[in-house]
Amino acid sequence: MLEKHKKLERNSMLLLIFTVIAVSIGGIIEILPLFRMQTTIEPVKGVRPYTPLELMGQEIYIREGCNTCHSQQIRPLRDEQQRYGHYSLAAESMYDHPFVWGSKRTGPDLARVGGKYSDEWHVAHLKNPRAVVPESIMPSYAFLAEKPYGDWRIKKRLKVLQSLGVPYTQAMIDEAQNDYEAQANPNTIIDPSGLQERYGDKVAVRDFDGNPDEITEMDALIAYLQKLGTDVDFSTYDPDYALKPKAGAAK
Amino acid sequence: MSQTAIAPPPKVAPAAAASRPVYDETILKYFTIAAMFWGIAGFAVGLLIAVQMAFPDFNIPPYLTFGRLRPLHTSAVIFAFGGNVLFATSYHVVQRTCRARLFSDGLSWFTFWGYQTFILMAGLGYVFGVTQGKEYAEPEWYADLWLTIVWVAYLINFLGTLWKRQEKHIYVANWFYLAFIVTVAILHLVNNVSVPIQIGSVHSYSAWAGVQSALIQWWYGHNAVGFFLTAGFLGIMYYYIPKQANRPVYSYRLSIIHFWALIFIYIWAGPHHLLYTALPDWAQTLGMTFSIILWMPSWGGMINGMMTLSGAWHKLRDDPILQFMIIALSFYGMSTFEGPLMSIKAVNSLSHYTDWTIGHVHAGALGWVAFISFGAIYYLVPHLWKKPGMYSTKLISLHLWVATVGIVVYITSMWVAGIMQGLMWRAYNEMGFLTYSFVETVAAMHPYYIIRAIGGLLFLLGALIMVFNIWKTIASPDSVASETDTPSLTPAALPEHV
Repeated sequence: MLEKHKKLERNSMLLLIFTVIAVSIGGIIEILPLFRMQTTIEPVKGVRPYTPLELMGQEIYIREGCNTCHSQQIRPLRDEQQRYGHYSLAAESMYDHPFVWGSKRTGPDLARVGGKYSDEWHVAHLKNPRAVVPESIMPSYAFLAEKPYGDWRIKKRLKVLQSLGVPYTQAMIDEAQNDYEAQANPNTIIDPSGLQERYGDKVAVRDFDGNPDEITEMDALIAYLQKLGTDVDFSTYDPDYALKPKAGAAK
Repeated sequence: MSQTAIAPPPKVAPAAAASRPVYDETILKYFTIAAMFWGIAGFAVGLLIAVQMAFPDFNIPPYLTFGRLRPLHTSAVIFAFGGNVLFATSYHVVQRTCRARLFSDGLSWFTFWGYQTFILMAGLGYVFGVTQGKEYAEPEWYADLWLTIVWVAYLINFLGTLWKRQEKHIYVANWFYLAFIVTVAILHLVNNVSVPIQIGSVHSYSAWAGVQSALIQWWYGHNAVGFFLTAGFLGIMYYYIPKQANRPVYSYRLSIIHFWALIFIYIWAGPHHLLYTALPDWAQTLGMTFSIILWMPSWGGMINGMMTLSGAWHKLRDDPILQFMIIALSFYGMSTFEGPLMSIKAVNSLSHYTDWTIGHVHAGALGWVAFISFGAIYYLVPHLWKKPGMYSTKLISLHLWVATVGIVVYITSMWVAGIMQGLMWRAYNEMGFLTYSFVETVAAMHPYYIIRAIGGLLFLLGALIMVFNIWKTIASPDSVASETDTPSLTPAALPEHV
């Protein structure tokens, strides 16, 4: 054995090749099946792609590093489900490029924060966290309310995501800019019904930041937060789906 | 200080001298200084964000908030400090153990300036909000592409030096450096596949989504620890500990087992970052199992490093450089025991998402990575600047103790805080309700966050003492005759039979 190993010690390319083989095996065995196995992502109803406004909210969430302190992944443990809600499903983040599950809870989990607090609470909390929660150690994000949305290239974003497998339709891409403005500003001349037709009735259409005059980053971030964890209708979710015979399997 | 006595350079005939390699040591000086510069910057940002967690008023939105500075800290210490240390030591070790000058001076300088440029690109990006949001892989696509070019140049320069070698065998430290360089390349390329929104836009979307994105990220993230922060620094261990102790590596056979077992097993352990998540159970169990197996090669390597001192333990008594290296191995042993422990699902259900993880990371990063780096730099500085030794051995000792106390304060406060946090989250009262609201657990962290910041401050102070010591060493007028052309492989050489 030691004698044979000397060959590797004398030949840098051989050493390189064996090293590459040794470090590739584990990754291949763990990662590749995830793309093939049907049980990786459970079949549930209701998960939809983000609307343009929510997508920009997620962009701000990542830009500010919210995920460095807030997880978005509820584990199937009794206390977590009681504190945060149903454990997270793989399907719920299948349109997140990349995932924002996080790894640390300096602040609470946000996977199901949608609908738990009012928009006004979010605005007050983001502007000055300690005005609402005195013990909070979160930084202030008041500046988001002053930043009107810039040139986000929303159409291009949706197009890129579509090419990566997010099921945005052509209509969603074509109407992206209008949908963006319609969701945060119901007073515009744009009719929001098209938005809800494309993304579903559950899409919240309102002025999120309490300032109807302009669409700000605060609007986008709150729209995103209010959407989190609200997609899946758990009355239709069967946790044992993988154990049951597939419909048509008998044929 | 008890430095290896340097024999007077033998008088060599001009013909013989010409056949000896002339090492490129200038590049090593640059990387060494860069490592110290970024080290201080990274430790200082770490201190700032530690203070922000105790006193949130230290957040200065929009640019200097915790969310933006945290990746600045992690990248600065891992990639800027650690990366420059790895460049400096790998370029030093590969030249010495191959008895050859680096493959190409052009590539050496390109890797130096190219890598510093990458650091600036990445760091400025975070502050201005340009990030992919993936831990330790935050730089956006343009910085990733640039790093790829620099990294390929590094690989060619390193391999090319191996090709030029005057020694029959490739020394064990180089196996680890080579595995580190090539594996980091693979991880970097796969994890960062992304599509820019358009050419000219700094933003991109990752090709991977959801659960696949999570596993690929932690396959990357865990092996950034395994190959960047472990394999690379084990390369340092395999050269600098034998050199400083003036003893051969303990066991050649163990080196071989250590190398192959470590690189093969490490790569599987990524899923332990995703226990109890939406990742399929089979992958979680596989990750947990290999994480526990990983304990063995880790300790095998530690034993190989420590036992190198057999027969020379007395040197540990009064050589603070050796003390740095051996304390580093002790912390390595401790955190590679703690890691597998935390990978057990039952333990992880408590530890995950808490500050225990932060404590664990710092036991490894401060105790192992930084201490073995400090040891190597203390060895390198007098060697490169041709001084009889460091300016002050007492200051090395002072650095050692200030930093060690800092680490112990840091990790113990995070153990207590993390375990308390985990227990509070899952506490139920006799009525069957959760005992604590989330914010009560935040408030309970406050004293520990202050203690942790004090630990970090001590660690930074230690590093500043080191900078002062290095500066005085370089500025001192003493010098010893160059030993550049007399490579002395003997102390660190492989056992006789190879």
